[in-house]
Amino acid sequence: MSGTDLIKGYPKYLRESIQNVEKTRERRLKESFELMSLDERDELLKTFHPDYRKEGKRQVKFGPNKGDLMPHEVVDILEAHPLVDPNTIDLSPVDFDVSILIIGGGGGGMTAALWALYSGVNAEDILIVQKLRLMDSNSVMSQGGIQAADKTNDSPTMHYLDIIGGGHFTNNPELVRTLVMDAPLIIKWHEELGVMYDRVADGTMSTLSGGGASRKRMHSARDYTGMEIVRNLKDEILNKNLPVLEFTSAVELIMDEYDQVAGAVLYDMETHRYHVVRAKLTILATGGFGRLHIQGFQTTNHYGATGDGVALACHVGAKLKDLDSVQYHPTGAAYPEQIVGLLVTEKVRNLGAQPVNRNGDQFVYPLEPRDVEASAIIRECYERNKGIETPTGMRGVWLDSPMIEIIHGEGTISKLLPAMYRQNIRFDIDMTKDPILVFPTLHFQNGGIEMINDKTETSVSGLLACGEVTGGVHGKNRLMGNSILEYSVYGRRAGIFAAKRAQKVKLGKLSLDHVGRYKEMLKETGVKTTKKAPILLPEYRGEGVLSRALNLL
Amino acid sequence: MENSEKIMARVYIMGRDHLVPSGLTIMKAMEYVGYKFIRGAGCRGGFCGACATIYRMKNDYKLRVALACQETVKDGMFLAQIPFTPANKVIYDLDQLSPTVSVFLELYPEVAKCVSCNTCTKACPQDLEVMDYVQASLRGDFEKVAFLSFDCISCGLCAMRCPAEIAPHRIAELARRLYGKYIMPRAQHVEKRIKEIETGKYDEEVKKLMSIGLNELKKLYVEREIEK
Repeated sequence: MSGTDLIKGYPKYLRESIQNVEKTRERRLKESFELMSLDERDELLKTFHPDYRKEGKRQVKFGPNKGDLMPHEVVDILEAHPLVDPNTIDLSPVDFDVSILIIGGGGGGMTAALWALYSGVNAEDILIVQKLRLMDSNSVMSQGGIQAADKTNDSPTMHYLDIIGGGHFTNNPELVRTLVMDAPLIIKWHEELGVMYDRVADGTMSTLSGGGASRKRMHSARDYTGMEIVRNLKDEILNKNLPVLEFTSAVELIMDEYDQVAGAVLYDMETHRYHVVRAKLTILATGGFGRLHIQGFQTTNHYGATGDGVALACHVGAKLKDLDSVQYHPTGAAYPEQIVGLLVTEKVRNLGAQPVNRNGDQFVYPLEPRDVEASAIIRECYERNKGIETPTGMRGVWLDSPMIEIIHGEGTISKLLPAMYRQNIRFDIDMTKDPILVFPTLHFQNGGIEMINDKTETSVSGLLACGEVTGGVHGKNRLMGNSILEYSVYGRRAGIFAAKRAQKVKLGKLSLDHVGRYKEMLKETGVKTTKKAPILLPEYRGEGVLSRALNLL
Repeated sequence: MENSEKIMARVYIMGRDHLVPSGLTIMKAMEYVGYKFIRGAGCRGGFCGACATIYRMKNDYKLRVALACQETVKDGMFLAQIPFTPANKVIYDLDQLSPTVSVFLELYPEVAKCVSCNTCTKACPQDLEVMDYVQASLRGDFEKVAFLSFDCISCGLCAMRCPAEIAPHRIAELARRLYGKYIMPRAQHVEKRIKEIETGKYDEEVKKLMSIGLNELKKLYVEREIEK
């Protein structure tokens, strides 16, 4: 940073562009940019959305998803050598024998554990496995809010229509119905846990609009909504003495002789020992794949979001769905360099901030569905060349955050967006006075392991899944506020269903033969790769070190 | 920043000196020199408290705090990450508690030892008024504790620095949960909607949307009224 003089966080040439934004602000406060028609949306997406770049994808070569187009980075982990040689694992002493194994300790996994407990399963018959610390997940980073149609001018029907349209009519209707119908009871459950949703004096929720939503149904807790929810869940998990293995990853699912998933092989990342878990039901709640950096994009995602769940599920032959579709959040931070790619919550736009180009002009309705909004920003920067170039050569557009203070009054940002304010003021940027620079960033895995019904079952017996790792609910595009809702609704349903189903499951002899079969397919189809999966953690070490690395200890 | 690849900073990671490109965050600088995090990295966005870091500047007595993912390296920084902050977590059944002034003293009696030294506040990388909320808990002012502590990311640095051995973030967590559960007014419209859904009020409407043709569905979607 030294070497460049910054004025309140920005170099002089960016200050000049900010003046354009200031000049048009008064006019824009009265302007309303038109929503796009469905045809305009289609055209824009086809030309500018990264999902439509053919060179970014290839077909899966084998298995139940053979022929499906997916990003190279995803196919790379679906067609990789298993991380662990199955011949080195001894399944005979079972280390943990439980009813329900939950892989992933984010929002979905914790919700599933609590509802399994509420449904009568003893705490000691449940095991949560978590790669890092309990609650380390994308759930903790979700800022903007959770949708639920619980106001009088709203209805689950309207919520349903918003979701289906936002997903370009590709969603599984049954899963959407359950999502919208269960939403209000999730809000109530959260209230009972103590979640402090923003509300007015009589208790009415202070709900906001969101991209692609026809009603103001976004419930939030400042811009720490995800954190507020999961810390309540975590405290409850601890209070109920639910067993958790932290810093432990599932490296392979175990099956039995009846072709059911029957547990997992776990790897303790700190001591390097492995554990064998036998479980009547296994719930995959491993989250998304942002850290695969699809098409080289920066990401908003947690350090552990490496797509492990889809790799594990692929080894047992699970059907995947909509994994060709990646969500790029329209507004990732584009400046300063230290925070590039981090989320600028949609709540900033919900509260009235408009995206504008370097001349200070609007170019898109601020609350289009995310893929449309993101594509419009890419078009502005790379076709119309009206973006702003940062000192490191990245392009972005302004997000005119000071509008929020004008519309809702001074102090609104520090009250409703403290995380965003903090993220910027750490670099001397005062978003109450100056706009911030944004560009789309890799945010969410729209598809995943196919949930075949609203009981969270997958195509493989004994394997349930909930949250970001699944596919079907959002179709090809998720709307804001539906990710917390998804892990809550389906985490709850996974817990309830697993509790019921576990009573009937009879397990046979445990085996890892399916891993051998997977390796055979890899060989037969002639896939050449040095990669291993699941990858567990992304590689960010410097090249200088990696090029001279020895693994001796 | 145009010259950033040439400008390096000398930092001392757990005592060992390294040259790293200035402009990197502490976390990225540690990765640059070869650390692969298992502990000490989480969301990488300032939300999870996994990367609590303490540092001193060369020739300066002052102990400073940072989140490794949010702070830029500075020349002469001596730093170490805190892999885990031990802090007693009392097990309770929220349904059996009530938001009374005595609840803190019963569950976390050490809170009474607070000497108002303000060390906790100085140790907070989120710049929260930690001491103020600890004091508010002693007065039973749940609202104040809940809102002053709301942006806490539970990194635990306050608990590591408190000379009275209080874990302020645990007090705050208890206060917020009790405030959210028992003191905040409940949303009546949520309860009402749940009953409507349970009695099947929307079943037919949604079923219809699920069964109509794609063109009709698209028409309904495009023509739906948007609340401004």
